[in-house]
Amino acid sequence: MTTEQVDDWASDFDVLDPSYVENPFPIWADLRQRCPIAHTERRAPTWMPTRYEDVTAMAHDVEHFSSQRVAVIPLQVNEGNEAAGQVGEDGPSLEYGLPPISADPPLHTWTRRLLLPWFSHRKVAEYTPFTRELCQRLLDGFDGADEVDAAVDYAQQIPVRVIAHILGVPLEMADTFTGWVREVLEFADDIERREHGILSIVEFLSSEMQRRREDPGEDLLSVLLQSEVDGAPLDDAVVLGMAVLLLIAGIDTTWSAIGSSIWHLATHPEDRDRLVREPELMTLAVEELLRAYSPVTMARMVTQDLEYKGCPMRLEDKLLMNFPAANRDPEFFEDPDTVHLDRENNRHVAFGSGIHRCAGSNLARMELRVALEEWLARYAKFGLVEGATVKWAGGQVRGPRVLRVRLG
Amino acid sequence: MRIRVDPEKCQGHARCIGVAPELFEVDDYGLSSVTIDPVPEALEGKARLAVANCPEYAVEVVEDVGGSG
Repeated sequence: MTTEQVDDWASDFDVLDPSYVENPFPIWADLRQRCPIAHTERRAPTWMPTRYEDVTAMAHDVEHFSSQRVAVIPLQVNEGNEAAGQVGEDGPSLEYGLPPISADPPLHTWTRRLLLPWFSHRKVAEYTPFTRELCQRLLDGFDGADEVDAAVDYAQQIPVRVIAHILGVPLEMADTFTGWVREVLEFADDIERREHGILSIVEFLSSEMQRRREDPGEDLLSVLLQSEVDGAPLDDAVVLGMAVLLLIAGIDTTWSAIGSSIWHLATHPEDRDRLVREPELMTLAVEELLRAYSPVTMARMVTQDLEYKGCPMRLEDKLLMNFPAANRDPEFFEDPDTVHLDRENNRHVAFGSGIHRCAGSNLARMELRVALEEWLARYAKFGLVEGATVKWAGGQVRGPRVLRVRLG
Repeated sequence: MRIRVDPEKCQGHARCIGVAPELFEVDDYGLSSVTIDPVPEALEGKARLAVANCPEYAVEVVEDVGGSG
């Protein structure tokens, strides 16, 4: 499907429009002033709040704005088929979606509780040495090079291996996973590609589950298969949905955050130099980069006809939860379009807000921090390759996909 | 100065322990709590930073007598 040019962003927006993908910031600024909850009929009737106040209020109102079916991953595989995502006639199914992200309470509550300890503040510290060594190894590979693609050769390589390590699936398959996940998330208008991506992931994880049932290990997938809730083992479709979510959710998103942050430092040498000079700023700097370049726009579904601030919303209308736009709302953040590495007032919602706060936020934050620390320790004077085009992916996950940088 | 975390509001963002690890602990499910009460004067700045970084408004100042802010 080709995208028709957008003339009015308030009434006919399209997050896949090339101008939005490239530079959404002026579009958000215009919408916040003129029509803070934009609307479109493209693909499906959809509303898009752009102010911090509205985005966070809607994220907290899980009664009227459900997470079912409309998480970041479109699941309309085999549309019309009740067991969406079923592989073959008797194959594995995703009939519960991808809990907890695509679930409301009570399914959301207990599936999330099973996952949270794996991504707790304490547990993530255990994954840090693995991540640091991984970054160092990737940087070792750049020895002798004058320039590299920081998106493809660095950012993209990190989160996929960390989550494979946690799930206990082969690290050698990292590039294959990345390919599948991009098919699912970055080609919303190419149904065949999206289906191929999701079905490949489902098939792969189903066979991994089978393998662990026969020979369990201590990895997350094995533990989920042995878990019980209220005295009963988990339904296979729930475990599969959770596993698919874990593989998908942490890859494109974190890679985008790392890539955007490197892009920022490559194009703002004063910030790059300051971070090298004042490494103690890293904690606040990481949050500020997450605020300014939040990768993820989530979705919700309206559960009944209602009016929100004058917008007539209908049952099953979609909502695009524009957390990135909320994080640049001038009503809420001073000088929002400028990165201030030492910003102190920073209640950003890059990881969402309310009960669906990103379950992997501790992990993502650690990966971003370690990726930047290791990069800056090696290359303090890097910048964009002159004349090279930076290519961005956008829509619901925004970040650079081609980012040529010179290393010295 | 005294601060607290409202367990009804906390969603486990862990921003407080990020900016002020001396003042908070976080359990396996993300719930934060304050470890030092009252806040030592030297850490009051960090306590304010934790308040100003919580996306859920869960970290609150409950008593602020003669504080620096």
